Amino acid sequence: MNAVIDRQEKPSVGSVEKKYHTFAEPPDELLLESGARLGPITIAYETFGSLSAKKDNAVLVAHAFSGDSHLAGRYTSDNEDDKPGWWEFMVGPGKGIDTDRYFVICANILGSCMGSTGPSSLNPATGQPYGLDFPMVTIGDMVETQKRLIDHLGIEKLVAVIGGSVGGMQVLEWCVRYPQMVRAAVPVATTMRHSALAIAFNEIARQAIMADPNWNGGDYYNGPGPDLGLAVARMVGHVTYLSDEAMRRKFGRRLQDKRDFSFGFGADFQVESYLRHQGSKFVRRFDANSLLYITRAADYFDLIERNPAGTRPTEHGTETKYLVISYSSDWLYPTYQAKELVKHLKRQGCDVSFCEIEADCGHDAFLIPDVRLEKLLRGFLNGISRN
Amino acid sequence: MASPGTENLRFDLQVIAAGIEPGSRVLDLGCGSGDLLAWLATNKAVTGTGIEQDKDKAAHCIARGLSVLQGDLNTEVEDYPDHSFDYVILSQTLQQVFEPARLLSSLARIGRKVIVSFPNFSHSSIRLQLLLRGMAPKNDQLPYSWYDTPNIRVITLADFRQFAREVGYRIVKEIAINTNTTNSSGTIVRYFSNCRATYGIFIIEKKGPERI
Repeated sequence: MNAVIDRQEKPSVGSVEKKYHTFAEPPDELLLESGARLGPITIAYETFGSLSAKKDNAVLVAHAFSGDSHLAGRYTSDNEDDKPGWWEFMVGPGKGIDTDRYFVICANILGSCMGSTGPSSLNPATGQPYGLDFPMVTIGDMVETQKRLIDHLGIEKLVAVIGGSVGGMQVLEWCVRYPQMVRAAVPVATTMRHSALAIAFNEIARQAIMADPNWNGGDYYNGPGPDLGLAVARMVGHVTYLSDEAMRRKFGRRLQDKRDFSFGFGADFQVESYLRHQGSKFVRRFDANSLLYITRAADYFDLIERNPAGTRPTEHGTETKYLVISYSSDWLYPTYQAKELVKHLKRQGCDVSFCEIEADCGHDAFLIPDVRLEKLLRGFLNGISRN
Repeated sequence: MASPGTENLRFDLQVIAAGIEPGSRVLDLGCGSGDLLAWLATNKAVTGTGIEQDKDKAAHCIARGLSVLQGDLNTEVEDYPDHSFDYVILSQTLQQVFEPARLLSSLARIGRKVIVSFPNFSHSSIRLQLLLRGMAPKNDQLPYSWYDTPNIRVITLADFRQFAREVGYRIVKEIAINTNTTNSSGTIVRYFSNCRATYGIFIIEKKGPERI
């Protein structure tokens, strides 16, 4: 594993701030894919690097399901022990997505709880949080709000749209909806549609939340929330982001702070203790209803069904260049699903590159510092800028 | 002959590169580190795609800005629409292919012309070794012992001509070359090529009425 970690620490993008863009004010609400209307909508976003005078150096990064707009750098309000953004190793001066060259944008997805409008936001009609009155949103709706943001920033064409996992779905959605705006697309560790396995795990997570009495039909914002359910949901999710190999290496059957079994139901094993820790950490930062909405949007996402004439990730043939990346130990969106995507793109005559990265860390591998991914992205983006 | 600037390419690739029309669409099977594709993109404005099994090599190509798919060439070629490429290049790989006839048929479907190069098993050094020593021959182009060779086919220039005729390909051009020990330079062989050439390079296309 050490071989893939870049020993030369590169400088950070520095201090960043969260910004907000509000649009779709009534009566001009956004028409959602479900037919419902939503407005006003606020999208939280952060930018890194500077936009060129011609506005032709913008790269959009789409975050995964529980992520946020804090891609890299630190807030001025951060404490010593606060972590930098979630893709710190990838985004910054001289890094894989080089902020000396590119103006990088990351927006919090619609339905989330990290600054953008979601089920925990106030419903202007009632003055109370939406809860389950929040309309069902899709990956397409998330992309629609990102498009509004990109328009607001005056950008006509993106150098690239890049994203992993649910972020990768947004990348593909961009290519379907606005191919003329996307010069290059990098879907990482993602799929054209959820397998039964992926839907099953999401359903277990949702059931864990909805079975918590505190969930109260989604109406819990004025009282205790479904913390236990949300923690269990995260535990399930977390297992799907790891791999058998990674868990064997990280925990094995080692016991937590003890030499023998307790002959009870405490966290005897390290893996139990770890999952409990991940669960309770998540409760502090994430909204249970947001998890319901976003996992549902991921389950509904289907590039094939929505393009009955055959998958047409771009209607303009070879205009968009694709780089598809998968990880060898990802069992949530295994390599065969990435290969299916590659096959569809080839059949459409798209310019597509593909690489499976050998890594034992499972689905979350794209979030772990890896010089191979950095090199791939840097070189691929260089190739785009040259043309 | 090879265009200027090809000297860093393997000699058979220099010869292949020289024969590619500028601006064409090229698929390079087993593209390795992507030297040929990079040369073609820079010097002949070619739109190139490569297929490479080795993950590190494929990643290296992508990081050079080339369009490359990591995967098995035998299956990857199946997904392209007909006539997706002007040239499909299979250099020094045919001798390792399990189903050569099937693969070539796919290549002739997706490419207008197929360029195939392979080490010539009837080179004089090979013939003499078998004749005089009675042992499985080795030379600079076929350096493996019988027990560790990746080459599962022995092909000669004459064999390939016969194969092309029988299976229904037209040989557009045949170039026999004699390379040095490192394959970095060489000469074109014009006479007695089946005996004197270390490699054969064939440009073939599908015969028949379906050809537009």
